[in-house]
Amino acid sequence: MTLWFVFALMTVAAVFAVLWPLSRSRPSGTGGSETVVYKDQLAEIDRDLASGIIAAAEADAARVEISRRLLAAADEGQREAAPQANLKLRRVAAILALIGLPLVAATLYLRLGAPQLGDFPLAGRSLVADASQPLVNLVAQVEAHLEKNPTDGRGWTVLAPVLSRLGRYDDAVRAYRNAINYAGDSAERRADLGEALMGTAGGVVTADAKAEFERAIALNADDPKGNYFLGLAAEQDGRKTDAAAIWQAMLAKAPADAPWRPLVQAALVRVGGVAAPALPDSAMAAAKDMNDTDRSAMIRGMVDRLATRLKQNGDDVEGWLRLVRAYLVMGERDKAMSALSDARQAVANDAERLRQLNEGLKNLGLDG
Amino acid sequence: MIAEAGHYALVLALGLALIQSTVPLLGARWRDAALMNVARSTALAQLLFVAMSFIALVTLHVTSDFSVVNVYENSHSLKPLIYKITGVWGNHEGSMLLWVSILALFGGLVAAFGNNLPLSLRAHVLAVQAWVAGAFYLFILMTSNPFLRIANPPIEGRDLNPILQDIGLAVHPPMLYLGYVGFSISFSFAVAALLEGRIDAAWARWVRPWTLMAWIFLTLGIAMGSYWAYYELGWGGWWFWDPVENASLMPWLAGTALLHSALVMEKRNALKVWTILLSILTFSLSLLGTFLVRSGVLTSVHAFATDPARGVFILLILCVFIGGSLSLFAWRASALKQGGLFAPISREGALVLNNLFLTVACATVLTGTLYPMAYEVLSSDKISVGAPFFQLTFGPVFVALLLAVPFGPLLAWKRGDLLGATQRLLAAGIAALIAIALVWAWTYGGATLAPLAIGLAVFVVMGALCDVAERIGLFRMPLSISLRRARGLPRAAWGTMFAHAGLGIALIGIVCETTGNTEYIGAMRPGDVVPIAGYQLKLDGLTPRPGPNFSETIAQFIVKRDGATVSTMTPSKRSFATRGMSTTEAALLTRGASQLYISLGDATADGAIAVRIYHKPLVLLIWWGPVLMAFGGLLSLSDRRLRVGAPKPAKAPRALQPAE
Repeated sequence: MTLWFVFALMTVAAVFAVLWPLSRSRPSGTGGSETVVYKDQLAEIDRDLASGIIAAAEADAARVEISRRLLAAADEGQREAAPQANLKLRRVAAILALIGLPLVAATLYLRLGAPQLGDFPLAGRSLVADASQPLVNLVAQVEAHLEKNPTDGRGWTVLAPVLSRLGRYDDAVRAYRNAINYAGDSAERRADLGEALMGTAGGVVTADAKAEFERAIALNADDPKGNYFLGLAAEQDGRKTDAAAIWQAMLAKAPADAPWRPLVQAALVRVGGVAAPALPDSAMAAAKDMNDTDRSAMIRGMVDRLATRLKQNGDDVEGWLRLVRAYLVMGERDKAMSALSDARQAVANDAERLRQLNEGLKNLGLDG
Repeated sequence: MIAEAGHYALVLALGLALIQSTVPLLGARWRDAALMNVARSTALAQLLFVAMSFIALVTLHVTSDFSVVNVYENSHSLKPLIYKITGVWGNHEGSMLLWVSILALFGGLVAAFGNNLPLSLRAHVLAVQAWVAGAFYLFILMTSNPFLRIANPPIEGRDLNPILQDIGLAVHPPMLYLGYVGFSISFSFAVAALLEGRIDAAWARWVRPWTLMAWIFLTLGIAMGSYWAYYELGWGGWWFWDPVENASLMPWLAGTALLHSALVMEKRNALKVWTILLSILTFSLSLLGTFLVRSGVLTSVHAFATDPARGVFILLILCVFIGGSLSLFAWRASALKQGGLFAPISREGALVLNNLFLTVACATVLTGTLYPMAYEVLSSDKISVGAPFFQLTFGPVFVALLLAVPFGPLLAWKRGDLLGATQRLLAAGIAALIAIALVWAWTYGGATLAPLAIGLAVFVVMGALCDVAERIGLFRMPLSISLRRARGLPRAAWGTMFAHAGLGIALIGIVCETTGNTEYIGAMRPGDVVPIAGYQLKLDGLTPRPGPNFSETIAQFIVKRDGATVSTMTPSKRSFATRGMSTTEAALLTRGASQLYISLGDATADGAIAVRIYHKPLVLLIWWGPVLMAFGGLLSLSDRRLRVGAPKPAKAPRALQPAE
């Protein structure tokens, strides 16, 4: 309500600015004229002459010239008609201000503005994590917090794996190092650091990474991640038998329900260590077992199925958002954009769904 | 509510501009004083509403209200307060709002202080201002609205471009815009004169303070921008002949020409039509400059493709205002009365020569800036026109201009005496020759042109001093009389001296910087020492430090000269996480007018860091020159006396030199 009251006040002030001069019968300040300037110039010549800046002969020449201009200006002034009041025109102007101004302002504003939205100054907003927020924002918040409190080991511990998953390996390496510094050393953290270092090298177990895995093993000889990647390092070095030996030792010591068992078994098959035992859970194994190409093919298949389903029934706003997000994650911005416009068309007739869609898209960081 | 109130205030300002652009014209046509006075109150109300709107946007940025798209895209909650404020005009939408705010400010000033103007002239001027303002309000509301909202605001913004997070942004754009927009006043006066079909010496008297004010701000704005580029970009260069820089130089050249031709008009009632044309051209170039920077019209033709609505709107504004005012000029200029006569060799003649050189210089810059774009459109090949082109075209024209500068003020109005002026410049000429000989001997084997350029600069500076010495009769009369005359000399004469001397000073800086530079580029490890221009610089160590919204690596250099420690310098490299960008903070050490300059490059794997170290002799003169010029302008602006150009009588014996 206050907003509309403020708008009304502003409009009244604007209208008043137009009406005020119209309402005055004798307008103040009829204005200057050229003759004043020339008279001042004549006076200026006298002053210059008195202070010795110009000589008498030049002063005379200047006086003649300026007097000529003064006469011309005075003539001009007399020929001009005196100001007169034109009541009809004034009324037109008043009507223009009273009706036209508010009309133009209201029409334009209602088309462009968003009067239903209040203010959202940052100080007044709760900083509670909101499920609908993009991950990137949450990460930025944690990073901002750590920027101010760089010794918060728990914060680094939470942030590091997220950065790793986002593919920001360089930052993840820094975060893991800080976590080790401030939250204490452990086999898991060393192994995770090694994995992040591998990420920066595009999946190759570099000397740095290997050193971290070895530190992990030194802290805990049974650390699965450390052992697995040391095996991988051996495989990448071409020492397949060493790799097989490491992995076989892992499997021998591991509990039967260890979640990483299928992965190691698959690796073992790859280096031709031994025939793999039958897989306990074929579906899970399938996913773990695949190499990158196969896995992305499987994901692509799922995304394509979603896209086909949405083409047949486009009412599912959540589905559309999932599809757009999936394309963005796969790095296919063009497809994401075309899915976005398909989505708009599909829900165009339903204002409520359209609104949901737009809000969702904004959360994805796409401008509505 | 702040965002919406600001938005509505802008809409209301548009409504007022529409009324202001029509009603006063009707009033002037039917000679109704009340209708003409509407221009005044609406201009003031417009100023009120635009100021509200601008303050609203600043408030939104300061409180980090990310429900406003403009704030979300260009701000960050952790930014220091000063950059939250300057970030308002660090982006397209906000800077356009600053532009119209300044336009409204100038309109308001004319309305408030234009009491000495004839009623109908003031009505016409304010109506033309309102046309420009109306077009810009529409442009902002339709294509670049800073008040658009997000229903579900994100919790953090995308941050401002790190290069812009500098104190330079607080000063440079507002100054430049005050200059650009200030010329809108002389444009409005010119169009008003064409509409009224009347122009005389009084017109120039009324326009003078506005043109001068705009010119001062533009001079300072360009100098500030150049210094900012010098220390922020980390290359040590101060002028790149970049289209964006050229865009600000062109209105300056045209504006300088306008300043001088308006002088002739005010004092001698001559060059009237030419002055009107210059007013129109200057503002047209200002408009072009505004859009060059904000939309990339020239740097990339493709900017139009990314946002066609904006591009088309910009083209439309440029066509209507530039094309419209020039057509009006072509149609009405012949109706204007011609002005007074003068001999070719006279002060008027010298000022015509000045105008000629300045407009030719401006035309070469315009060609060099527009040609690559025209070429790209026609042949779809990209070419770039760089420094060599400008040095070959702009350079000679400016050298000729500088040679002529000292002669102008020494010639009499109407009919001058070139021989006499030359005699009076003898001292300046001798000083220049001595300077050439000294520099030649000192830098023997160096650049050939450098001593000549220094000589030219000395000639300009000494010529400016000669002029004042001549006027107060220094060394010709007893000192007490000279002092009395110096006190009586109009401040405008002192202003001329400072402005002309500033030109020479800047030239000395430019020549020294381009020919006397010493540099070291290489990798350094902590403990390394580099000798440069008599200084020893030791890299003491590298330390990381967190900033508010960035983290930086600082390098400490210890500067020694002849074994004694002079100072320490701490250049740094900042990296901004939000935008994933890094900036170089160069360290500058000023010694007199010379500077040592260190900027950091990337760190190498083995702990060394790439550094560029420059010693730039007398580099600061490049910016002291313009500051001096602006100071001269300020002196002249403060001189409220009327200007009379007393003509030299045809056959008078040689008398005292006529002054202002």
